Amino acid sequence: MLRFSPRELEGWGRFPRQTCQVARPEKRRALQELVQSSEVPSVLARGLGRAYGDAALNENEGIVLGEKLDRFLDFDSETGVLHLEAGVANPQILETFVPRGWTLPVIPGTKFVTVGGALASDVHGKNHHRVGTIFNFVEEFELLLASGETIVCSKTQNPEAFRATIGGMGLTGIITTAKLKLERIETAQIQVRTQRTQNLAQTLEGFGSDSDTTYSVAWIDCLASGDNLGRSVLIRGEHATLQDLAKAGFEGEPLDYELPKAKKVPRDFPDFALNPMSVKAFNAIYYAQHTDGVQLEGMEPYFWPLDAVGGWNKIYGARGFVQYHCILPFESSREGLTKLLERISSSGRAAFLAVLKLYGPENKSPLSFPLAGHSLALDLPATEGIVEFCRELDSITVEHGGRNYLAKDSTLDAATFAQMYPRLPEFQAIKSQLDPQNRFQSSLSRRLGITPAGGAQ
Amino acid sequence: MIEKTFGKGCRVLVVGATSGIAKELCREFARHGFNLVLAARDEEELAILGADLKIRGNVEVRVVTFDALDYDSHPAFWESCSDVDGVVCCFGVLTDEATARRDPKACRVLIETNYNANVSLLNEVANSFEERKRGFICVLSTVAGERARRSNYLYGSAKGGLTAYTEGLRSRLFPAGVSVTTVKPGPVDTGMTFGMDKLPLLAPPEKVASDIYRGLRRGADVVWTPAPWRIIMGLLRFVPASLWKRMDF
Repeated sequence: MLRFSPRELEGWGRFPRQTCQVARPEKRRALQELVQSSEVPSVLARGLGRAYGDAALNENEGIVLGEKLDRFLDFDSETGVLHLEAGVANPQILETFVPRGWTLPVIPGTKFVTVGGALASDVHGKNHHRVGTIFNFVEEFELLLASGETIVCSKTQNPEAFRATIGGMGLTGIITTAKLKLERIETAQIQVRTQRTQNLAQTLEGFGSDSDTTYSVAWIDCLASGDNLGRSVLIRGEHATLQDLAKAGFEGEPLDYELPKAKKVPRDFPDFALNPMSVKAFNAIYYAQHTDGVQLEGMEPYFWPLDAVGGWNKIYGARGFVQYHCILPFESSREGLTKLLERISSSGRAAFLAVLKLYGPENKSPLSFPLAGHSLALDLPATEGIVEFCRELDSITVEHGGRNYLAKDSTLDAATFAQMYPRLPEFQAIKSQLDPQNRFQSSLSRRLGITPAGGAQ
Repeated sequence: MIEKTFGKGCRVLVVGATSGIAKELCREFARHGFNLVLAARDEEELAILGADLKIRGNVEVRVVTFDALDYDSHPAFWESCSDVDGVVCCFGVLTDEATARRDPKACRVLIETNYNANVSLLNEVANSFEERKRGFICVLSTVAGERARRSNYLYGSAKGGLTAYTEGLRSRLFPAGVSVTTVKPGPVDTGMTFGMDKLPLLAPPEKVASDIYRGLRRGADVVWTPAPWRIIMGLLRFVPASLWKRMDF
């Protein structure tokens, strides 16, 4: 009986869609067999499929779904170190540990991420400028290699494999287990400070004062232009302490946290639902609704406002969408962001509220996205000419020393990618040590020339 | 009776604990504060699952190996975990029908695991619970056991036998105040079915587990999951044999 069967898969942006050979192991040993199976020329682990483009696709070749290998293995309630399988997703961690006073040290914008996916994308949260990426909170992990052998990787044991695998987009092997350091919290509430800005200069200036703020992010109105170009709502947050709750007159259990039942988008919206007019109106209302002030919010609305609507990617219609997420170093970010925003606002492409964020220094992972600077992330419906349009944005990004986030990308070309990630040769050197036959590949790795475009050797 | 044996702090034995549905059912029990005894053949997987449930539920978990087809081991196995308040039998195999038709050994394993082994173990459990006059028993059967189909009748007939057995067992244990719940799931999205195409109403195991848990809490005799199967099978029962034999599914 074949263990891989064909399935059409897509990323969260639903663009592109590709048929892959898919297997879903429920036992550890089965995973090992699948990695070495001769049924498929190459394999790639896939978590919950929240990468937007083709990072978790492997067209016509093997995909191993990690979601069933999702068991907690050990928890040290003194140190907060959680040992778990890589298929565990963040909602399970939060549901189990927030009521016990622990949270994830790095919280990406969707909670539907597996640990394996989070490590492979070297994810970051709204606190990147303070604590960096998930890289800094991984004590060690086990990596299943193409040979069937499993190696333990940490900052001291197999350090090369450690830094190439975190942020390595699944291309060095399959992460089977990991030890993550959780963070203590007193309450499951966030003290949120909101501030509106009139333009980009004010927004960046606002970020400038955030070195002591734990969480910092800005929703930016990409359709505003002229004097209002870059107008934003700065949203800062701190974990509320028990004292904060008392002051605010909060009633109820401080650490109460339950996973909400998401309301679902029942079907694709028609393609015309999101057009420049409707999006402009939405953005204006969003901006107007927010006033300057401080309030308590639950973790759910603060960290994952979009998770409240299951399948929100359907609002872009069956055509799908692209999330453009780039980062620019401080020296050139103001100039670069201005150019990007001008290009976007004049393009007539419906860009929903976008996100602007402050980042801290880059880390040792050669394919990691963050660097000290500002990032811009926005969704663009995959309408006619979208690839060409993204390429235009790419050239602005590269010109200003910036790069795109691989977990979001679906449109970059190999040459631009190599310019954006000068440490690519370093990554490839480590990969060739760990995986000389290129057993681990993805549609993204072939598109961007991380592995040879021709497929497995 | 159910109140005494079902709730936080009660201990449940789950046999076949590493199966896709059982894993989610165990998590449901752990979430509600039940202590667990897990039994299955695969020791490595049992240990992993045991660690997971301990952490998730902050509950006591014990693991015991169980070999369904080693009937002689069943009395001693039951002896080692008879301190439980309830037993859930989740073990079974779904062999490819074409293989089972041609390979007598595969056919025997299919029928014996799904029927004989369940009966062998449940007889032990029933004798204890009847004597104690307390306890609950839950057995996973299937909708495929209601009417045997052309493409799946070997599996269906063994499970159909199991369903009939549980019906009799329920009646026998009723005077002793011991409940017997027969679970009839449709196709569930687990390793058993992954990769098969065109499965009607394919249900996530989490949904099936939560239906089973709620059924046990209210002391249900039969749990259909997802619920529409009750109506579908109710209607299919009226299809006459002369027509059924012509149906190609």
